Amino acid sequence: MSPAELRETRRSARNGWLLSTPALILLFCAAAGPLLIVVIYSFLAPGKYGNVEWQFSTAGWVGILWTKDIFDETWHLADAHLAIFWRSVSLSLLTTLFTFLVGFPTAWFIATRPANHRAFWLFLITIPFWTNLLIRTYAINEVLRKEGLVNTVLIKLHVLSEPLDMLYGPFAIFVGMTYVYLPLMVLPLFASIDRFDMKLLEAGHDLYASRWQLLRRVILPIVKPGIIAGSILVFVPSLGAYVTPRVLGGGKQMMIGNFIELQFGQGRNWPLGAALSMTLLIVVTVALLVYVRYAGRDGDARHG
Amino acid sequence: MAEKHFEVSRLPGFATTAIIVFVALYVPIFTLVAYSFNASMSVAVWGGFSTDWYVKAWSNQQIKDATLRSLIIACFAAAISTAVATMAALGTTRRKAFKGQTFIYVMINQPLMVPEIVTAVALLILFGMIKQATGIQGIGYVILAHSAFCIPFAYLPIRARLEGMDLSLETAAADLYATPWQTFRRVTLPLLAPGIAAGAMLAFVISLDDVVITEFVKAGGQDTLPTYMLGQMKRQLTPEINAVSSMLLLVTVALLTAFFLLTRKKNDG
Amino acid sequence: MTAETIISARNVVKAFGQGAAAVRALDDVSLDILRGEFFTLLGPSGCGKTTLLRLIAGFEMPTGGQILLDGADITTLPPNRRPVNTVFQSYALFPHLTVAQNVAFGLQMLGKPAAEVKATTARMLALVKLDHLAGRKTAQLSGGQQQRVALARALAPQPKVLLLDEPLSALDLKLRKEMQVELKRLQIETGITFVFVTHDQEEALTMSDRIGVMSNGKLQQVGTAKDIYTRPRNRFVASFIGETNFLTGTAEDDALRIAGGARIPVPGLRAGGAATVTVRPEQLRLGPPAEGGLPATVRDLVYFGTDTHCHLLLEDGTELVARLQSPASGEAGFVTGQKVGLRFAEGAVQKVEE
Repeated sequence: MSPAELRETRRSARNGWLLSTPALILLFCAAAGPLLIVVIYSFLAPGKYGNVEWQFSTAGWVGILWTKDIFDETWHLADAHLAIFWRSVSLSLLTTLFTFLVGFPTAWFIATRPANHRAFWLFLITIPFWTNLLIRTYAINEVLRKEGLVNTVLIKLHVLSEPLDMLYGPFAIFVGMTYVYLPLMVLPLFASIDRFDMKLLEAGHDLYASRWQLLRRVILPIVKPGIIAGSILVFVPSLGAYVTPRVLGGGKQMMIGNFIELQFGQGRNWPLGAALSMTLLIVVTVALLVYVRYAGRDGDARHG
Repeated sequence: MAEKHFEVSRLPGFATTAIIVFVALYVPIFTLVAYSFNASMSVAVWGGFSTDWYVKAWSNQQIKDATLRSLIIACFAAAISTAVATMAALGTTRRKAFKGQTFIYVMINQPLMVPEIVTAVALLILFGMIKQATGIQGIGYVILAHSAFCIPFAYLPIRARLEGMDLSLETAAADLYATPWQTFRRVTLPLLAPGIAAGAMLAFVISLDDVVITEFVKAGGQDTLPTYMLGQMKRQLTPEINAVSSMLLLVTVALLTAFFLLTRKKNDG
Repeated sequence: MTAETIISARNVVKAFGQGAAAVRALDDVSLDILRGEFFTLLGPSGCGKTTLLRLIAGFEMPTGGQILLDGADITTLPPNRRPVNTVFQSYALFPHLTVAQNVAFGLQMLGKPAAEVKATTARMLALVKLDHLAGRKTAQLSGGQQQRVALARALAPQPKVLLLDEPLSALDLKLRKEMQVELKRLQIETGITFVFVTHDQEEALTMSDRIGVMSNGKLQQVGTAKDIYTRPRNRFVASFIGETNFLTGTAEDDALRIAGGARIPVPGLRAGGAATVTVRPEQLRLGPPAEGGLPATVRDLVYFGTDTHCHLLLEDGTELVARLQSPASGEAGFVTGQKVGLRFAEGAVQKVEE
């Protein structure tokens, strides 16, 4: 490269950095940087009245899985914690699976609409996606509660004589998470299906495949990146969910998010809370790396 | 002789499932809005049509304060995040790939990837330390936190707009004797304006809707509308909360519609 | 016409990419463009012609070499400080401005007084016959109209040189023909030096005072349309411009000896080693074998209306094409398989470098 070209390249890179600096500073101060403090806190000892004692301790990390008996000081597995982890993981997986089962036909439906109608259907999916999570969760509360829509309708139809108690439990959390995260499944699936060449189906039919065989042998393998993207996009926020289990779980049915909050509130075990946060972050990062590896190219399409 | 059209892309049960999904997406929201017009004291029993709860919500000082606070925070957060996101978008698009560009992307998108509860906890600790060390209190902490997590939402539409912009327009401006600043002022900025407006709107909506981070960062008496609502949901519910939700919903939908119209125009131009 | 140089490219090199992956878009190009001429850079896509244009405009920095404008070194000057303007292939009209605002843009940036901006803009719009559309947004215009706006905008600041990057490629054939005439008129009326980039040889031949033929980042030949067509320097130039035939053999004094032993007169050729000559299809004459000439067989006849292309096979296996006037109705033409004697028009056979 000539000196002039070199100057030009350097100038371009320098401007790129300079222009990005304010955003980077802000993000470092109020988003990424504080995570480092959480790492430090996870290795400190809990303070008596919350906060921490500034001395090294692995109690926070150990406390994720084990508890010390108050009486005989022996360590044993913390069943309550395991129950919370299991609830978080199983509900998140269930949510992911169910959003896929109903989200795939929905995405397919949108993608096969005439081009001029497609934007409208997509808009219908996108609106709930951007509206307040708390409001949507509360709306589910309205539907599921004892005097809510579902019970009212079922009683009117004489399917039920007594209202079902659906709220404040794993079922309500599952319904709520499915409801609030469904658009995150539909949008990347749509992006994938939209690129799918429908001529392939004609070719498949021509080669004697049934619709079911086409779905299994042609469609699903081709739209796989969208499926992976959608699954990760649903699984990650489900795992870290806080509002939905709080509003629909009724305080007793905690997920990891609520459990973390508890440590900073009544639990007064900040190091444990910090270690739990880091654990959650690590799991999510691994999931996102899988996403980048298998579906990175679909990433930009995820907001429709 | 009507022959049934054979459509290859039709899969059995898919359309039905889709329609059920669309209905299921909107029924809860409509139910919520409907109950905001419930004359009855309880959310449980329908007591006829009434707008009383809107009036009641409007005269509730706590709701008024929370609304005002939410709007102030959202305005600041949208303005700050959009300003820095615009600069970052200009810095990271349409130039030769440079060292560290991936790092910048990761940093900008970081709030989308890290679970909100983790960021919330991190900010609780950090801001707690700062408050203790400096004694500075105030709403600034919430604004700072919002400004940071709104950046990727402001950044995405601005970047999309920039990438869709014909690079030769700026080349043409330079060719016609415009200095780099004049080129930016006279060509880039006017063409980028819809993207910036869209980004600002999205950032505003995201800030207005945030619950988790605000809940952890706010000090006592600094409730925003969503954290106020979250607090109320622990108690005996009245349709007042439905009225507040419906109004917030209306604002969000209006802003989103504007956002879509703004970003759609790009494809026509 | 005084042959005064306005733009001079000296040993210009432009490489894209780095190290082993670097591609030389321009490989040691030296070229002088004269004041007031219509100069065309002609070549297939990827030959480096647009890169050279962008270097003259200042949109790219050369990897090596110099570019002079009126004798001054402008190699590293940014585009906004070069008195040259460009008509872009995509036109690059500002979509947020009206036609008149587009045309006025350059003048405003130069800080001209408002009255002058207004007057010049009006004059330019009249020049391209768009005065009636001054207030329109550019998106509402047809392709041809956009083209005219782009021209007016680039001409308004009265640049020393106007650079045109395949400006007609987006237009349909009829409009393209019209714009060719229009461009030539504008060039003569304004007296501005035009540097025109195209891959269309016909466009180049009909419009240019001089043509520079490029391929693989190198300037192959510079000359008038006639020079390049009738005396191509090498095989690439001969085959890229028009259709042609090649014959290879051994050079003798004033002749070429081809494989079959036949001797083709080539005035000026000197003995020594292998040589290639070219001859245009319209310069081939066919007669009965008895009248002498190179013996050949008619292999195929392709009818093109006024012309008929006659594919010939020489005894050594070389294939040639002759373009003959189609026989009038009732007149007997050649038939496939017929033996003929082949002659070349005087001075038509040209030696070319490989």
